[in-house]
Amino acid sequence: MFLGKVIGTVWSTKKDEKLVGAKFLVVRKLDLDLNEKNDFVVAVDSVGAGEGEVVLVATGSSSRQTHFTQDKPVDAVIMAIVDKLDIAIKQLEQEKEEL
Amino acid sequence: MFLGKVIGNVWATKKYQQLKNMKLMFVQPINASYEETDEPIVAVDTAGSGPGEIVYYITASEAVLPLPVNFAPVDASIVGIVDSIYSEE
Repeated sequence: MFLGKVIGTVWSTKKDEKLVGAKFLVVRKLDLDLNEKNDFVVAVDSVGAGEGEVVLVATGSSSRQTHFTQDKPVDAVIMAIVDKLDIAIKQLEQEKEEL
Repeated sequence: MFLGKVIGNVWATKKYQQLKNMKLMFVQPINASYEETDEPIVAVDTAGSGPGEIVYYITASEAVLPLPVNFAPVDASIVGIVDSIYSEE
């Protein structure tokens, strides 16, 4: 999975009929310091993510392993909303540099 | 399978219901000489690994196989902790 931030929504009436009812959110990829990278995906939302939220996105055929996206033409799904990141190693390395 | 170094955790209470009480770890992909090879990813931990440990993980839809549930949107899961790496390079 990768870290992303929901930055928008895609509305589409004319689409594969299996996708009726799907919520497409535009998710920009983030690096570990939560800086936005210039790479994004359009992902189907399965957890009720809102704009501005930091989320986790699963891609590839794994994204079809939810009740809603099963057997549907989907290759990216938002499967978690991130509460907290805990990058222990990064803090450790920063402390070493300061010594 | 890929080698990686666990560099942190991700806490997410609101997630796909089958993923309840599963640990989500940050993994930095590395090669056999411990050099960083790719962007960090998030993987479900099934081996009880912690930050700093060298692990190996699997990706794509096979990543859901080691999980206690058989149907969940997971594309990377840690399946083992590495004791040592021997490589000819």
